[in-house]
Amino acid sequence: MNKSTLGEKSFDLLNAAAMIVLCFFTLYPFLFVAFSSLSDPGLLAQHRGMLWKPYGFSLGAYKAVFANPNILTGYGNTIFYVIVGTAFNLIMTALGAYFLSRRNVLFKNAVMLMIVVTMFFQGGLIPSYLLVSNLGLIDTPWAMIIPGAVNTWNLIIMRTAFQAVPVSLEESAKIDGASEWTVLWRIILPLSVPVMAVMVLFYAVAHWNAWFNAMLYLRNRELYPLQLILREILITNSTDNMTTDASGVDKMPIGEAIKYATIMVATVPILVLYPFLQKYFVKGIMIGALKE
Amino acid sequence: MSRSSNSRWITVGRDLKRNKLLYLMALPVIAYYLIFDYGPMYGLQIAVKDYSPGDGIWNSPWVGFHHFIEFFNSYYFWRLIRNTLLINVYELIFGFPAPIILALLLNELRRQVFKRIVQTITYLPHFISVVVVVGMLVDFLARDGVVNQVLSSLGVAPRSYLSEPEWFRFLYVSSGIWQQVGWGSIIYLAALTNIDPTLYEAAKVDGAGRWKQMIHITVPGIMPTVIILLILKMGSMMSVGSEKILLMYNPLTYDTADVISTFVYRKGILEASYSYTTAVGLFNAVIALSLLILSNSVSKRVSETKLW
Repeated sequence: MNKSTLGEKSFDLLNAAAMIVLCFFTLYPFLFVAFSSLSDPGLLAQHRGMLWKPYGFSLGAYKAVFANPNILTGYGNTIFYVIVGTAFNLIMTALGAYFLSRRNVLFKNAVMLMIVVTMFFQGGLIPSYLLVSNLGLIDTPWAMIIPGAVNTWNLIIMRTAFQAVPVSLEESAKIDGASEWTVLWRIILPLSVPVMAVMVLFYAVAHWNAWFNAMLYLRNRELYPLQLILREILITNSTDNMTTDASGVDKMPIGEAIKYATIMVATVPILVLYPFLQKYFVKGIMIGALKE
Repeated sequence: MSRSSNSRWITVGRDLKRNKLLYLMALPVIAYYLIFDYGPMYGLQIAVKDYSPGDGIWNSPWVGFHHFIEFFNSYYFWRLIRNTLLINVYELIFGFPAPIILALLLNELRRQVFKRIVQTITYLPHFISVVVVVGMLVDFLARDGVVNQVLSSLGVAPRSYLSEPEWFRFLYVSSGIWQQVGWGSIIYLAALTNIDPTLYEAAKVDGAGRWKQMIHITVPGIMPTVIILLILKMGSMMSVGSEKILLMYNPLTYDTADVISTFVYRKGILEASYSYTTAVGLFNAVIALSLLILSNSVSKRVSETKLW
């Protein structure tokens, strides 16, 4: 074949340049936040324009963030919702996926239809809110865990994975007297570890980032997840209660730095885990994509 | 009862008995869907009733289409329709093709290591919470934020972008692209790997350059995926991400930012007019479903690809 032409070479060059620009625009906001959070608040307030390194150095903002009782309880609550919520998600999704992956089970198609319908038509916000409220879930941690226990998309991904387990394995287990429960627990799940890992990640990230349900269903600040506290600090702009010990003049700059430190505190866990988790994330969306 | 239906029930009974544990295992999931998905569908009836918590859903008095008519005649109706559709149309024009273009460009990268680095970086924002993303927007776009600082050094007068209605759609759509373009490209990259490599070999033999290969092999190869996602996108046209808008908008930008779902939240939850906003929500859901069905049948007719 002929070597690449001038046109192709310049395309390659332009393409690579475009990708570098894209990466810059994706990463720089995080870098800016990271540099700002480590900067000296006073110097940062005087600085104009983009940052390429921390301006001065101070951990004061982080100290203020970790001294804030709201952030600490928010963190604690979020960890609770992530762990308990994800566990509940997994149990429910696995039970449903197991049923739907069985051959020759009556009502399977009816159940599948019932589930798929909900992907296209739902009762909507107000009826859901009234339901959760009538069930007495408002202002309980369960409001963050029980509604949304099963994600239909994840259920279908898991069902597809379970179907891929060879029938002969479970048949021989059944001959040996294994119950359905044993088949799921001892045969299907151990052979579905990759997809289960993906499910853990999807559900856990969703719980970590959830705020809307919390805003709808929780009034008691003691139950607020981290994201709802973040919303107050970052968007409705109330850093005042964190800066009470700073004198009036210093309040503004440290308030800014606290915002940046808060973003870091809320994002670093995912940023740190991300490189390790990435292959699972990608695998997950691929499974979802290819089987539909 | 005829004999055949009789024996059918016997079969069902036998199966239930034999597979008792399996059905018991499915029960919590079925109960979950009945309660949390079908329960709200039952609750939809308050759209044609005058719901009061004292009477409950079933006993509240009927009012027919009163709430619908009130909504159609209200000042908000056209504003909400316009905003909901415009934000979605912008997303369709700019947001939808972005991951396709990124996937095609990534596919043309020669160095695998470079490709993987770009992918890793561009997927990242997907995992950042929408609260943090909007928080960064608010901070960067503040009147003395970094964007205004940089622009003012270039001689552009500072503005409060998030308080100006004319900027809302641009900011909403572009920040959405920033967050989702990399993640969105994964599905197309997956579709690309399914294209038969011999097609490229054959094209090269026929003297097709990389541009021709892209137009005649790569693009048609991912077309079914594109169409499926387009149909799904049409189905979600009316349910634009209210979570992010709720975080981003403020009374100054309601004029361009308020969409049906944010209106439902504001009037319904904050002002407790449950029946009225249930009617608004139902109207929205019916249009969304119609759009989905319509786009699916159009796609069925013009191409082989369909959702069902």
